[in-house]
Amino acid sequence: MTEPMLPVGYRVIDRTVETHDSATIQLEPIDRSLDRFRPGQFAMMYAYGVGEVPISISGIGDDGTLTHTIRSVGAVSRALHDARPGTVIGVRGPFGTTWAPEGAAGNDLVVVAGGVGLAPLRPVVLSALAARSAYSRVVVIAGARTPDEFLFRAELDAWTARDDLDVELTVDQPAAGWDGTVGFVTEPLARLRLDPERTVAFLCGPEPMMRFSARVLLRAQMPSDRIHVSLERSMKCGIALCGHCQLGPLLVCRDGPVVTYTVAEPLLTVPEL
Amino acid sequence: MTSAGLFDGLTATEREALLRASHEEFYEDGDRLFEEGGHAGYCWLIRNGRVALDTTVPGRGHVVIQTLGAGDLLGWSWLIPPYRWHFGARAVGTVEATVFDAAQLKVLADQDPRLGYLLTQQLLAVVLDRLQSTRARLLDLYSHD
Repeated sequence: MTEPMLPVGYRVIDRTVETHDSATIQLEPIDRSLDRFRPGQFAMMYAYGVGEVPISISGIGDDGTLTHTIRSVGAVSRALHDARPGTVIGVRGPFGTTWAPEGAAGNDLVVVAGGVGLAPLRPVVLSALAARSAYSRVVVIAGARTPDEFLFRAELDAWTARDDLDVELTVDQPAAGWDGTVGFVTEPLARLRLDPERTVAFLCGPEPMMRFSARVLLRAQMPSDRIHVSLERSMKCGIALCGHCQLGPLLVCRDGPVVTYTVAEPLLTVPEL
Repeated sequence: MTSAGLFDGLTATEREALLRASHEEFYEDGDRLFEEGGHAGYCWLIRNGRVALDTTVPGRGHVVIQTLGAGDLLGWSWLIPPYRWHFGARAVGTVEATVFDAAQLKVLADQDPRLGYLLTQQLLAVVLDRLQSTRARLLDLYSHD
C-alpha cells in the first residue's frame, strides 16, 4: 500500500439488489489494483462529490475485482448503494485486521451473522468452502429481521442444500410462507453441540447480538480467544492517524475491526465508548 | 435446555424415575402437539426435528412466535396454574421427542423435594433463556445495524 490516503479508481461492473435497503456492487480496477483484501478487512469507499465511508469486503475476486455489500443509511452509503454499472468509485485499502479463517483449520468453524453482518462473513464461508477438507464441521447461523431481509438469498439457499455445511437461517419476525426457524440467533447457537476446545467462532452483527452470542459460547465453555468479533466504529483515515475510530485502547481501523472476544468483551459493555 | 441439562445434578435413581414418567413419540410434519388454551398435561424434550409455537391471529391463521429444536424443552405451563397452554405447537418436519407426563412429574417432585427443586431450577433456566431471546428480538437490532 504505497499511497494509503489516495483513492484508487474502481468501476462498478455489476449491481445486485439484496433487500429493500441493501445492494451488492462488484468493482474492477481502472488503472491499477489495490493490494489483495483478506476476509474481514474493509475499504474506504469514496462516492465522488458526496463523501467516503468504510465498507467491509464481502467478496474477493482472484481477478482483482472487489465486492462490497452496502446498506443505504446515509448520504454516502446511499450514493454507493445506488451506484450503477459504469459508475467510478474511489477506493482505499485494504485496511484492518482479518478473520484469518485459515487459522481455524482443523477445527469446527461456527459463523454467526446478524443482519448485514453476513456481508463481512461471506468471504469466511467462501474460503472455508474452497478449502472444505481443512475444517471439521462448518456451521453458519444467519439471523434477519424478516425472511425478505436476508442478504445473498440465492447463495444461502445453495449453502443450505450442501451436505458439508450446516446452515440455519432464523428470523425475528416470520412472514407468511416462512417455515424456517423463528428466534434470535442465540437460540440455534445454544442448540449446537460444541467441542469448545476444537471450535473457532466468528460473530458479526449489531454489538448486542455479538455480546449475547458470545455469552452463549462462553457458557458452552469456549475460551474467549476462540471467539472473534468484528467491531464497527467511525473509521475515517483508515491508517490509525485521525483517532475517529478510537475504542478504549484500540484504533479500530488498525487494531480491528476483527478482534478476539478477549479483547472486545471489556470494551463492549462501556456505555461511554 | 439439553437432555444433559435436564438431567444435570440428578442421581441415577432420579433419572430412572424421570424416564419412567416418560415415553417416546414421533410426529409427522404438521401434527399439532397441543392447542392454545388446552390442558397442559405434558412436556416434551425434543430429540430431533423442529416444533413451531404459534397463536391464532384473525385473518392470519396460526402465526409462529418461536421455533424450538433438538435438545430444547417444550412446555412449562403444566407447572403453574391454571395448567393451560398459552400457545399452540406444531411439528415442522418429522419430530422425535421424549414426552413427560406432568402429573407423574408433580408426584415425583412432591415425594422428593430435592428432585422437585432441581427440576424447577432446570425449567427456570429454560424460561430465562427464552425470556432473554425474546428481549433480544424486542430490541429489533437488525433494523438499526
